[in-house]
Amino acid sequence: MVRRHLVLRVVSKLLIPFILLFALYVQFHGDFGPGGGFQAGVIFGAGFILYALIEGIEVARRVAPTALVRLLMVLGLLLYVGVGYVGLFKGANFLNYDVLAHDPVHGQELGIFLVELGVGITVAATMVTIFFAFVDQARR
Amino acid sequence: MDIPGLYNYWIVIVLMMTGFYIVIARGNLIKKIVGLNIFQTSVFILYISMGKVDGGTAPIIAEGVERYSNPLPHVLILTAIVVGIATTALGLALIVRIRAAYGTIEEDEIHAQNTMKDADG
Amino acid sequence: MIAAHLPILQIVVPLVAAPACLALGRGRAAWLLALAVSWAALGIAGGLLATVLRDGPVSYALGNWAPPWGIEYRVDALNAYVLLIVAAIGAVVLPYARRSIADELPAHQHAAFYTAFLLCLTGLLGVAITGDAFNLFVFLEISSLSSYVLIGLGRNRRALTAAFQYLVMGTIGATFIVIGIGLLYMATGTLNMADLAARIPAVAHSRTVLAALAFLAVGATLKIALFPLHGWLPNAYAYAPSAVTAFLAATATKVSVYILVRFLFTVFGPAYSFEQLALHNLIVPFAVIAIVVCSTVAIFQNNVKRMLAYSSVAQIGYMMLGIGLGTATGISAGLVHLFNHALMKGGLFLALGCIALRVGSVRLEALAGLGRTMPLSAFAFVIGGLSLIGVPLTNGFISKWILVQATLEQGAWGLALVVLFGSLLAVAYIWRVVEVAYLRPPPDGARRREAPLSMLIPTWILIGASVYFGIDTSLSLGVAEIAARILTGGAG
Repeated sequence: MVRRHLVLRVVSKLLIPFILLFALYVQFHGDFGPGGGFQAGVIFGAGFILYALIEGIEVARRVAPTALVRLLMVLGLLLYVGVGYVGLFKGANFLNYDVLAHDPVHGQELGIFLVELGVGITVAATMVTIFFAFVDQARR
Repeated sequence: MDIPGLYNYWIVIVLMMTGFYIVIARGNLIKKIVGLNIFQTSVFILYISMGKVDGGTAPIIAEGVERYSNPLPHVLILTAIVVGIATTALGLALIVRIRAAYGTIEEDEIHAQNTMKDADG
Repeated sequence: MIAAHLPILQIVVPLVAAPACLALGRGRAAWLLALAVSWAALGIAGGLLATVLRDGPVSYALGNWAPPWGIEYRVDALNAYVLLIVAAIGAVVLPYARRSIADELPAHQHAAFYTAFLLCLTGLLGVAITGDAFNLFVFLEISSLSSYVLIGLGRNRRALTAAFQYLVMGTIGATFIVIGIGLLYMATGTLNMADLAARIPAVAHSRTVLAALAFLAVGATLKIALFPLHGWLPNAYAYAPSAVTAFLAATATKVSVYILVRFLFTVFGPAYSFEQLALHNLIVPFAVIAIVVCSTVAIFQNNVKRMLAYSSVAQIGYMMLGIGLGTATGISAGLVHLFNHALMKGGLFLALGCIALRVGSVRLEALAGLGRTMPLSAFAFVIGGLSLIGVPLTNGFISKWILVQATLEQGAWGLALVVLFGSLLAVAYIWRVVEVAYLRPPPDGARRREAPLSMLIPTWILIGASVYFGIDTSLSLGVAEIAARILTGGAG
């Protein structure tokens, strides 16, 4: 399988870095323009799934073992909720970003950045998990 | 009645009924999920078209722009889209398991297998 | 400081524990975490109820975004009441779940089970606490998606088809609700329930609001499983794992009843839903059919779990009958039955789970001689059954007593007779089980083999509570009456 589909492999090798880069752009530009964690996570996940389709599932699993993907899925969510808890511990309401930094504007910026990062990580990991789960079913 | 002016609602209604019909009338479980998706998509369009303001642009502050579309319904529907994806993924996962357990994804064949075996399994 | 943040902790404590369960990956550790969290949730719910009864409604603005712009969690007596029911059932079912689940699921699924369970708990608590209409939809879907997973984990392959059917019906119901919310937003430009209630009267004559009410009512009744829309429920309850059936039967439909009540009374207001649209003419007949037809169907079931599932649909009929009357007494009858039915049906399904663990089946003929082989579980079932019938000194009697009072207040003798006739039908199906369990001899060679204590104690807690709230009604009926007063427009 690995030696076949030369065109597909070459083209996807060229594309995948840009897909991942675009995902990061959508992720980190989300607080100034259209974008955000969910979209970025889906794009990142799709880039990785393309890699798995071309290189085969074993190679993809070596890059991202199931345990790691599962951990990322959990970590992203915990990052989101964790940001909410920080607000709580600093005496404000849950998910209040104002208190994250010394002035509210920076706090809002930092808060939305971290929350979207958490969303992005979780969504990307979830997409990959769903893909792996279906592949495993098909091979049984 | 202002039919052309309300065209977005007509699209929503047609899509909604199409999806609903597929869910009810089709026996193939995958087609049911597709129908469910179309049904949900019609609601997405309902919300998205609701937020559009005539002559308004994307709600990002820019020089020389004064009219913005209402972003709230769009953000809401982003959440609903995520819910829809989760539902689809879960539905498909169930179909994979059903296929493994029954060897078919046709509703009437599954039903026949259920009744053929003792009614309560 | 903690007291002020109770509303959000109610949600985020189970929410953050759910993925943590998945990360722990091992069944026992995940169970311990889930157990601790469910007890914490019960403590928080109790604290909230005490606060609300002392100081009146509590409001919490997420991220300090003031309502109606931000998401508001708003707890009045009704919210706190439903929260307490959901959290209490969760806290009782989880200790039970460990043995029951160890028996029914392969080991590698245990951590995922507790994750799904906690997510379902989060979703149900979220529906009951939020004051934002769209947020309600999101929590509803969190609880629904996780309950499809939980049901699909059942051992019988029919659990899969039951879960799929529920997924299709549940998604249609939830989508109807979201259409209704969208139409309300279109008409009023707000999603906050209190703000909606203030703005709807100005636009109440419009067809948009009418369509919104129709979509919301149909969507909610689908999730409630009120009579013509109950098709998904019997199979889902019959084939889900025992602990899941007990949890969902005691909480999921109750929370959906809350959604309908909240929209009909708080958002649209009784003047619009009942005086102008006369919705009682719609709800009461369906409730009556549910009581009579589904109780009758229950008599003819040979799978006891499915018998109780049909009985649940009938009991939902009682709740809807009370609520459909639209009077303060009627609503308190509906709400107190919501509380009481959660206890008795939860207890019955837990007792049935004990039986399933030892006997390996819940078919009627498999229960022969159970009075001798499993005396404690069988007796728990009998007490739960008596409560379902509405025998005095059980909480079922209290519900039916108030409900009959509410019908007589309106001079509706026929409805009072329906309630009594429904009890007779309940006698019939409970008697079938009792007869087999006590009057038939156990199969040859059957030894006395009671379920483990970790399952018997939770069962008896719920059954004991059914008896306790049949005698002391200050909590169940007291709060229900306060909630009914708030809903019908009086001061809390």
